[in-house]
Amino acid sequence: MTATTTPPGTSSPYAELKAPGVARRLLTAPTTGPLAALLLACAFFSLSTDQFLTGGNFSLIVQQVMVVGTLAIGQTLIILTAGIDLSCGAVMAFGSIMIAKMAAQGTLPPLLAIALGIAVCGGFGLVNGLLVQKIPLPPFIVTLGMLNVAFALTHIYSAEQTVTNLPGPLTALGETFPLGHTDITYGSLVTIALFLLLAYALSNTGWGRHVYALGNSQEAARLNGIRTSRLTIGIYTVAGLLYGIAALLLISRTGVGDPQAGQTDNLDSITAVVLGGTSLFGGRGSVLGTFIGVLIVGVFRNGLQLMGVASIYQTLITGVLVILAVTVDQISRKKAR
Amino acid sequence: MSRTSRLPVSLLRVAACTGVAALTLTACGSGSGSSSTSAGSGSIKVGLITKTDTNPFFVKMKEGAEKAAKADGAQLVTAAGKFDGDNAGQVTAIENMVASGVKGILITPSDSKAIVPAIAKARAKGVLVIALDTPTEPQSAVDALFATNNLNAGKLIGQYAKAAMKGKTAKIATLDLAPGVSVGVQRHNGFLQGFGATDKDVACAQDTGGDQAKGQTAMENCLQKAPGINLVYTINEPAALGAYTALKAKGREKDVLIVSVDGGCTGTQAVKDGKIAATSQQYPLKMASQGVQAVVDYAKSGKKASGYTDTGVNLITDKAQAGVTSKDTAFGLQNCWG
Amino acid sequence: MTATSTPTPVLQARGLVKRYGHVTAIDGADFDLLPGEVLAVIGDNGAGKTSLIKALTGAVIPDAGEIRLNGKPITFSGPQSARAHGIETVYQDLAVAASMDIASNMFLGRELRRPGVLGSAFRMLDKKRMRQEAAEHMADLKIGLRSLTQSVETLSGGQRQAVAVARAVAWANSVVVMDEPTAALGVKESGQVLDLIRRVRDKGMPVVLISHNMPHVFEIADRIHVHRLGRRAAVIKPSDYSMAEVVAIMTGALTVDEAGGTVVADSEAAKAAGVQAN
Repeated sequence: MTATTTPPGTSSPYAELKAPGVARRLLTAPTTGPLAALLLACAFFSLSTDQFLTGGNFSLIVQQVMVVGTLAIGQTLIILTAGIDLSCGAVMAFGSIMIAKMAAQGTLPPLLAIALGIAVCGGFGLVNGLLVQKIPLPPFIVTLGMLNVAFALTHIYSAEQTVTNLPGPLTALGETFPLGHTDITYGSLVTIALFLLLAYALSNTGWGRHVYALGNSQEAARLNGIRTSRLTIGIYTVAGLLYGIAALLLISRTGVGDPQAGQTDNLDSITAVVLGGTSLFGGRGSVLGTFIGVLIVGVFRNGLQLMGVASIYQTLITGVLVILAVTVDQISRKKAR
Repeated sequence: MSRTSRLPVSLLRVAACTGVAALTLTACGSGSGSSSTSAGSGSIKVGLITKTDTNPFFVKMKEGAEKAAKADGAQLVTAAGKFDGDNAGQVTAIENMVASGVKGILITPSDSKAIVPAIAKARAKGVLVIALDTPTEPQSAVDALFATNNLNAGKLIGQYAKAAMKGKTAKIATLDLAPGVSVGVQRHNGFLQGFGATDKDVACAQDTGGDQAKGQTAMENCLQKAPGINLVYTINEPAALGAYTALKAKGREKDVLIVSVDGGCTGTQAVKDGKIAATSQQYPLKMASQGVQAVVDYAKSGKKASGYTDTGVNLITDKAQAGVTSKDTAFGLQNCWG
Repeated sequence: MTATSTPTPVLQARGLVKRYGHVTAIDGADFDLLPGEVLAVIGDNGAGKTSLIKALTGAVIPDAGEIRLNGKPITFSGPQSARAHGIETVYQDLAVAASMDIASNMFLGRELRRPGVLGSAFRMLDKKRMRQEAAEHMADLKIGLRSLTQSVETLSGGQRQAVAVARAVAWANSVVVMDEPTAALGVKESGQVLDLIRRVRDKGMPVVLISHNMPHVFEIADRIHVHRLGRRAAVIKPSDYSMAEVVAIMTGALTVDEAGGTVVADSEAAKAAGVQAN
């Protein structure tokens, strides 16, 4: 690029050369709405029941959302490119059975079983990405098919049996350590670390910008020299690896390999992404928003539970929230034009 | 302009949120301490976790629990999985209930094996855990089990079927639940035992998941495979009704004997209407109220319930057979659930 | 037109051919772009000007013919290799990422990273530097926008066009190609974009302008390349012909002879267009 400098003394027509201040960015950020919703929910539940606002309870919430949260990170990446992944829970279930079975039966040492399970989930993601990019096929169709494939493979491979008696390393992430007056699981730390890592990648690297550009317009991204094919396949593969990590987190949390796991997680991960302000049409949103979205779901479930409200109302409220979130997204897009 | 390197704003935001979260954890933790199971406000808290919210069997169970709780002056909190088999949902419910200070948890486990670690954690915190309707694997993973003896339930209808067939050669179809689920296995085996047959004598066995539509499909497939079927064992009444629809479509509903288990009001009515010949009625209300009572006793006296309590079963039919004790549908409808 | 001492064309093509099965998209086309000029490329629909431009920007590889850049023969392996040689295109739909800001769009696909370990190991973007350089480029072309951090979709059509032009100009070393830049704009904004194109030329960057809009072409072009039936029908100066005549050359009613005069090729069409030979 031919760099030209404005000669001294010439005033720039621009009001600001640097980014607006932190306060301004916070106010206009797309995550402000979801964050406000989360804080409101927390306030509401704190007032409704006195077991909500405890360190132990918050630690519990984070633990409860860490599996769906990890799935939702991968889902965020895919939705940012205007795609969608309906198979994440099923792939995770397969991964968890593979890890559990291989370790419990002694086919592989536990750490290798974990590595293989995560890699296989990455493989599912790779296949998704190849089908979406190379044929090409709509992501909805591809992942819908993969959902059934992964689900069936899980049940066939596990012979419908829950795998128990897992060796130590598999549940290590379920161990807790004290922080202040409460206990945190190592698994929660893993989830938080993954959120931070992907948040950094999306906002501070060229790769992240390319992801957003791809979601805005595949054609525009391509014309600007971005290798969209590689990028898309890479995103689905990374998501698959994240589903594999979620599988390990699931095992560490429940202590078993369960072939029935993850059936509602497919849609729950999408719910979390949408609640966090990411647009289903691509190009807009953030992993931080997804984290908030995941917490919203967890806070509601936990808070309603503590209040003694029947489970079915959680489902109802989540549904209403999702519709609200998508409506807000649509309105703000219209306003932007 | 000072050239201090500024962290990117978005990272700042993320760090701030994490910081707030961490502070909240430590600060709030020092306030009210970690989760306690004290009865605090005076009333005893009892938790009930069912497989789903929607199956009428569990709805009735919940009603029974609520009534018993009210009578004992206890507070009932309920939860359920999202689908039959949702283990993770039940694990979360256990955790939340323990955090909210329940004295005891009554649970119908979706996955008898997978739920065991979570139950162990709850019991370690001093919470009494009782399984209702479905045992855990191993049964000792819970403090006590209040359930129907499913083997007996199967035996009763097996004996009934033997008597009702009056020496005719039986061509048997079994419409089962799902592979490996103990309730289904017990009832199936009980039926064969009571009838005096083995799996080798079964002409057709299909899974239905306890669902009416799937029961119909299963019956249709069985009729295709073995057209001469004249005796059908079904895992529950929805499956039985599905079987009846399939038989009626082929005009065979009068020549085939259908027996079932459950004793729900819809099913008992079906017995009255002649669609199902006999059903073993079980009593979820009893399971629930006895469970609540056990938790209240534990809270008051520290005495833990233990072992297996058979909540009983009655054979309901309007066409009684000699040698098999039964009650009529009037009784059945009075005591049914759903 | 006989040329005595014409400077070396920046971009030149001779005898380009491209066939797709039975269809000949480029039929022995020539092309000359002189330094520091705005060359308008006009042609009716189906004349093949899009294919010609694609061949010149690397999007299409010709079956035969020669392309020269600043006198040196060159072949492009794809659009990226054309960009690598300093040929930038402003596409008709702008190819901008709508939800991203101006600076991000300016550096899309060519982001700057922080120096040292932050940039190499952590691949951290140098957002400050990108914002600054983007501001400088916009200022250079006197594009007036209050804030660089608003997203591109909040800009008007003309402002968006300006951003796309500034991006191309910032990265181009040899040629800027603009495809129908005023097609979607109103009168006032078209005027602003044309001013912008003039400033680009005045900076010394030659511009290839594809347009259907005759008044705009006449207002801004130094020369006009008329494309017809897959080849160059004529290259003329707008001052030497009337708009109607140029349109007639485009449709084939008139042809241009060696001396630069027009010859009636199709008398019916010429009469209908209201032009005569001269």
